[in-house]
Amino acid sequence: MFGTALVVFRETLEAALIVGIIAAATRGIPGRGRWIAGGLAAGLVGSLLVAGGAEAISKVAEGMGQELFNASILGVAVVMLAWHNIWMSSHGRELAASAKQIGGAIREGSKEMSVLLVVIAVAVLREGSETVLFLYGISASPENSAALMALGGAIGLVGGIAVGALLFAGLLRIPLKWFFSATSLLVLLLAAGMAAQSARFLIQADMLPSLANPVWDTSGFVDNGSLAGKALQGLLGYDAQPSGMQITFFFTVLIAIAIGMAWARRRSETVPATPATA
Amino acid sequence: MLRFIAAALLAASASAFAAEGDINLVIENHKFTPDRIESPAGKKVKLVIDNRDATAEEFESHDLKIEKVIPAKSKGTVFLGPLKAGEYKFVGEFNEKTAKGVIVAK
Repeated sequence: MFGTALVVFRETLEAALIVGIIAAATRGIPGRGRWIAGGLAAGLVGSLLVAGGAEAISKVAEGMGQELFNASILGVAVVMLAWHNIWMSSHGRELAASAKQIGGAIREGSKEMSVLLVVIAVAVLREGSETVLFLYGISASPENSAALMALGGAIGLVGGIAVGALLFAGLLRIPLKWFFSATSLLVLLLAAGMAAQSARFLIQADMLPSLANPVWDTSGFVDNGSLAGKALQGLLGYDAQPSGMQITFFFTVLIAIAIGMAWARRRSETVPATPATA
Repeated sequence: MLRFIAAALLAASASAFAAEGDINLVIENHKFTPDRIESPAGKKVKLVIDNRDATAEEFESHDLKIEKVIPAKSKGTVFLGPLKAGEYKFVGEFNEKTAKGVIVAK
């Protein structure tokens, strides 16, 4: 039972941290609760579909379908997070400053949230499909007590969600002055980390060279197998033994989004009356 | 773009076929056979994992940086290295108690 709880906890943790960050980062956007719930629901349905189609996915692209699938959905999430951060650089402050929402802001807000719905769905789907396969596997084994396994799974799930909720609650305590800077930084690191993980899958599929592997080794400090390692992997794509290609992806995405954010911020400052607030 | 993807896939499959001395690994009753694999150091090697169990397994190795679900009753391929000489542990994440092994690069 505890073994089950631990595996489910580990799988849930990464998705829960991502959802926690997004829930905080979208503070002030109208109707965000429904969008987040929609993303979770889509992710759960997607988990079942991906788990059911695992064999079919594996067979695509000379047996490298799974790697391509993971790399692609991570890539999609990176683009969505980049869009979010750049959008927030020009709209975030207005959203937080005014409790009253204007029609334009609501429309813009739903566009923004539909983008993040995809990120949440992707995060849940990636970890969720593995969890489904794992739980299906242990439920199929006769020596396991189904009730105890279900209990273990539930404990792991609740534990993972609790950590995500703690992160969310902690982020909300950040004073408004720094709030958007803090959540933007987290989303920026999240996107860069996902890009690095995407690179890892492409290297695993033998479609990208690793460019020196590993460049450094911090597994003696925080191992990727540990819970802390798993949490850091979810938050910023931490890899104790990163390859040159992963590092390149991380910093390329980090710098590209940072430039986009700076550009959006400058534009919103020089053009005071945007259509959304007029 | 499509042509580029097709070319990339072709290149990937060509390199997959070019690999000499593939290593075979069997998963049965949530255990790896063999659980100690010797592999040449400094060379890229193809590892074919044959899951004969009725349930999926996740081949996972932080040392090798591989994470791959092998669905029930199916085979999966991963590429190793080129590895430096040394020991690289791997597990079946869904059955960590029994599914353990090590690759020794020499």
